[in-house]
Amino acid sequence: MMAGPAHFLRTAWTVLREVSGDAAYENYAARHRERHPDQPLLDREAFYLSELDRRWSGVNRCC
Amino acid sequence: MPKLAQNLIWIVIGVFGAACLGGIALHRGETINALWFIAAAFGIYAVSYRLYAGWIVTRVLVADPSRATPALRINDGRDYVPTHRWITFGHHFAAIAGAGPLVGPTLAAQFGYLPGTLWLLTGAVIGGCVQDMVVLWASTRRDGRTLGQMARDELGPVAGGAALVGTLLIMVLIVAVLGLVVVNAMKHSPWGTFTVAMTIPIAILVGIYMRSIRPGRVLEGSLIGLALLLLATVGGGWVAHDPVLGPMFNFDGPALALMVIGYGFFAAIMPVWLLLAPRDYISTFIKIGAILLLAFAVVILRPELHMPALTQFTDGTGPVVAGGLYPFLFITIACGAVSGFHALISAGTTPKLIMSEKDLRLVGYGSMAMESFVGVMALIAACVLDPGVYFAINSSAGIVGATLETATATITSWGFPVTAEHMQELATAMGETTLLARTGGAPSLAVGMAQIFAGAFGQNLLALWYHFAIMFEALFILTAVDAGTRVGRFMLQDLLGNIWKPLGDTKARGPAIVCSALFVASWGYFLYIGVIDPYGGINILWPLFGISNQMLAAMALAIATTIIVKKGKAAYAWVTGLPMAFLAVTTTYAAWLKLFDPNPRIGFLAGANALEGKLAAGSLSGKALESAPQLIFNQRLDAGLTVFFIIVLWVMIIEMARISLRHVQGQAVPALSEAPYVDVASLPQPTGAGGH
Repeated sequence: MMAGPAHFLRTAWTVLREVSGDAAYENYAARHRERHPDQPLLDREAFYLSELDRRWSGVNRCC
Repeated sequence: MPKLAQNLIWIVIGVFGAACLGGIALHRGETINALWFIAAAFGIYAVSYRLYAGWIVTRVLVADPSRATPALRINDGRDYVPTHRWITFGHHFAAIAGAGPLVGPTLAAQFGYLPGTLWLLTGAVIGGCVQDMVVLWASTRRDGRTLGQMARDELGPVAGGAALVGTLLIMVLIVAVLGLVVVNAMKHSPWGTFTVAMTIPIAILVGIYMRSIRPGRVLEGSLIGLALLLLATVGGGWVAHDPVLGPMFNFDGPALALMVIGYGFFAAIMPVWLLLAPRDYISTFIKIGAILLLAFAVVILRPELHMPALTQFTDGTGPVVAGGLYPFLFITIACGAVSGFHALISAGTTPKLIMSEKDLRLVGYGSMAMESFVGVMALIAACVLDPGVYFAINSSAGIVGATLETATATITSWGFPVTAEHMQELATAMGETTLLARTGGAPSLAVGMAQIFAGAFGQNLLALWYHFAIMFEALFILTAVDAGTRVGRFMLQDLLGNIWKPLGDTKARGPAIVCSALFVASWGYFLYIGVIDPYGGINILWPLFGISNQMLAAMALAIATTIIVKKGKAAYAWVTGLPMAFLAVTTTYAAWLKLFDPNPRIGFLAGANALEGKLAAGSLSGKALESAPQLIFNQRLDAGLTVFFIIVLWVMIIEMARISLRHVQGQAVPALSEAPYVDVASLPQPTGAGGH
């Protein structure tokens, strides 16, 4: 409806951050605070490492 | 009325796509414009996506948007994360598309542009896309279970075991053949070798940045890596021309093969954050960027294809891949048409992200259509080259002769005129000393891409574009080598853990090192033999890889067919059953020829016997004499491997037929392992950013 160039760029930026995983920590932190406010939150580095460990434990790249 | 208008639009698109394809098929001019291919591809993908995939989703899979997917039900914020469908599409596409759809179509261009195009389009819309989507659906309904687990649950332990061992062997072949492609691209190319070597320190730097300096900021890190890589590509030109540095990066094939093997081992035992993950981030960006750039250049430039529609090599005498059009076209192009390996991704990671069953079509069918399009572009890039140049780059010295003069004379005598001077000029323009016998597809694709890019963005940067293309192919091939070794190590540990439990501990250092070494040694063996083979190695390895990949596809389709039958949809079993039958027959026939064809270039056993004869007659000398015993052994080993693949495939198909028949006759079969239905409306409504 109001799809100006600024709106388009903002959407593109959001999609890029989501697809690349750049926004993963913010998503995790927001979710964590909402669901388990009583449990300790991983810091950025610990979260990044645990994400990599999870992602690279199975087949996730093809020929 | 709007419904009628909508259908009319799809009919128009369908007719347009078919007309373009008809135009391609009937075209008999000297050249043909690439735009026809783009238009035909788009028309066909669009109509199949709208009509065929739509029909499968509603009638066969009965996808139900009200059924909560595992991402919604389990939603643990880690593995199971409900994700927007376009983002899932991005993840899935980045995971399935690698070097495969670029290499296969390039090699298949030896048959002419027509067979490859037809197979890429039809294979994808009725085979590959269907496989990916149905497997994705089956796994989504089973909380994201893997292909091996589904085989065991739905078909029993025999089929489960077959799937597991088959997959492990395919991993070995994939990594070996991709390693061979990258070695052939770097051989005696200081520029290429320097650029590819630089990807290692750059990735490590980015890895440290993403972990310690700015943890988790993957966009920043990737951008830095990208800039450094472009710098390394430019810098490679200076290094190559430097009288001191240049020779330091000039290696022959066997030396490079040993380096790739050593690298593969170290990369596998290093922590993921240091090398594998950062390089994967950079390579994914470059992959998507280069594909978009190529599509853009092809569309604005609309290059002419110089390859004929069909060449004389459909008879099986082709210098790039030996063997006739049927069955060898269908195993030369696996990725891009039907790739069994995708089933491992469609069952596993992606299903845990699917937010609604109505996204299955976009993610499963759509991503594969996109990969097929990448394959079509690779075919265009290969056919844009003068056929003489294409054959000079892709034919091994064992077939056309080792010197520029003999090679160009042989190729000219086939009716594809090319001169030694022209090849020399071209090599110089690309910043290389020679382009002769650079088998494996990457260099000829790079020359094709360089010519297309240079046409679109300026002629003076030809050498830079060439090395950019080499760098980006090498980048994601090396990522596949790392990732493949890692996964292979896990699979091996899983398997060996059954024999001796401590070996199965994936967190312990010792077993990880032992199993990594074992796995690297397995693919390293095939890679090294491929490099010392005077016929180029690709001639043996690529068909073997193709057979194994299509065999896996037939196995995945057999699992899917069983599930469809057990769902009570036996009347629609042909949706997966037909492509399965075609692939099973084609790969079995190809395997038969690879085993028993009397032509030593096609049959493994004939090849071994011919070489043994030459050895006994004393007609070999030098390197050929040295490597002969290894090559003889290797061809017999390849024959054994082929037999094994066929046994695994038919075990799976017999199990499928048995279980399906029993089900249809009302006898007991393993119960459908689908997770029970949960209504989306009964779940707590997601709030906040967690659900994207």
